[in-house]
Amino acid sequence: MYNKNNTLFIYCVFYFAFLYIPVLLLPIFSFNDSFHMVFPLKGFTFDWYIQMWNKSRLHQALFNSIKVGIIASVVSTFIALFAAKAFTRYKVKFHGLSYGAILLPFIIPEIIIAVALIVIWTSMGLKLGLIPVTISHILFCTPFCMLILISRMEGFDKSLEEASMDLGENSFWTFWRVTFPLLLPGIIASLLLAFVISFDEFILAFFLSSSDQTLPIYMWSQLRFPKKFPHILALGAIIIIVTSLIVMTAYWLRNLGQGKKKDFSIGI
Amino acid sequence: MSSTLQNIYFRSDQAKAYTLLSPALILVIFAMAAPMIVMIFTSFNTQISMIEIDRTFTTGRYEDFFSKPIFSMLLFRSVKISFFVTLLTLLTTYPLAYYIAFYVKKNKMLWIVLMTLPFWTSYLLRVFSWRVILGNKGVINSALMGTGMIDEPLGFLLYNQAAVIITLSHAWAAFAILPLYVSLDKIDKSLLEASYDLGNTKFETFWRVTFPLSLPGVIGAILIIFIPTVGDYVTPQLVGGTDGRMLSNMIQSLFGRANNFPLGAASAVLMLTTVCLVAALVTYITKKVSMRMS
Repeated sequence: MYNKNNTLFIYCVFYFAFLYIPVLLLPIFSFNDSFHMVFPLKGFTFDWYIQMWNKSRLHQALFNSIKVGIIASVVSTFIALFAAKAFTRYKVKFHGLSYGAILLPFIIPEIIIAVALIVIWTSMGLKLGLIPVTISHILFCTPFCMLILISRMEGFDKSLEEASMDLGENSFWTFWRVTFPLLLPGIIASLLLAFVISFDEFILAFFLSSSDQTLPIYMWSQLRFPKKFPHILALGAIIIIVTSLIVMTAYWLRNLGQGKKKDFSIGI
Repeated sequence: MSSTLQNIYFRSDQAKAYTLLSPALILVIFAMAAPMIVMIFTSFNTQISMIEIDRTFTTGRYEDFFSKPIFSMLLFRSVKISFFVTLLTLLTTYPLAYYIAFYVKKNKMLWIVLMTLPFWTSYLLRVFSWRVILGNKGVINSALMGTGMIDEPLGFLLYNQAAVIITLSHAWAAFAILPLYVSLDKIDKSLLEASYDLGNTKFETFWRVTFPLSLPGVIGAILIIFIPTVGDYVTPQLVGGTDGRMLSNMIQSLFGRANNFPLGAASAVLMLTTVCLVAALVTYITKKVSMRMS
């Protein structure tokens, strides 16, 4: 009954092209020997990659982004781990309310969170910079991590924990020797994906970073100048390749040891 | 060994659950709820100089918002654009999710990974790429001119609302594909067979069985695309031009060059209110529809 559908298949191929052409265009132009991104291509060059290597502000921005990304992903995975445990292990009172509250930062427009944070931060007389950016990224990543970890925990056999308790382990050792190793792939996936989200996040950093640029803010500041632009393409090409690899690793980890259960409903 | 008090505490599942939840709840309270309350308070203040804000209560900023037509127009346009983005994304991704759920037998996982992978690559660059595609010297125009189909570049491709809608719909595709696929994949195939056995055609089966059963995915996709895109800043800024400007661009300038924090806060509050109303409306309609169907 549902064996073949050529019309739909052709549609899928077209949609696939629609999805990927904008992404692949930038790496192509990153080797193009011209300031302008127009076809036909002028010639092959590595100049933009070399130019990129020599930008000290870019290095600073990259370093800032990595710093924020690591802190944000570790802290939000940690917070999310506890929350996911609470939701999967216990029948929480006001489940809907707490669950919704924790997911909210992921759903409401980021610009509203950015506005709220810039207003409270400046009204307390504090200086904008990487600290409020990191806080906002933790807020933004936590719901994501929680969804990933919940889906991991739901696919896991509670009797293993119970067996450990019955054998006389206390809850700490049960967690450390049974729960944690089983959850580890999920935890690493959560760390990786949260890092990618933070690394790519623009609007919160745009409002809150002040002069401490993160990488997306640096790229934004260069977009306006055609002469400065090509090295952003080179940078973009590298970002695209590295994030794709990270994300594929995370996807693979998420399904590791999950058997046939492949649930994409939660967390992307 | 341990005191009774501790025992009672550790026995209570609710206490344990909320201890585990506390870091997340504290985060939401201090990094989101409290700032939002301050934002609401600030929206009732007045900016008197570059750095000074007069804290006396006034509804002046809301009056400003509604007395200058540009603000309401931008808010309305943001909602309109998001509406069309949601619609376009759903219409274009539904067949895809349907194909993966029903026709793809092997490597479903691979399909899903490939369909969602672009979502993870730099948002900024993806949006910028659309400027390169749609621009006067862009990919489409140079291709058309190269083949001699047109003599002058088509200027209407970029810097308008359509460009914003296409770009956003591309950027948010993954958020539609996943919930749609999940809800379609869950459908019990024997229900469809039953429908055919009862003499329904393919189209009737789709319309009476498959589509209603996929509604949870559709609703999920609507909410998760519509709500965030109302506040999108990057896309209208890069490909929208004057015609495609949205409220977020105005809000950003109020926190930048225009330097009017209270008016920016008021605009954000009104955006949030609008988003909540729309979300409530969608949920309400869904409940009505699903009640009628069952």
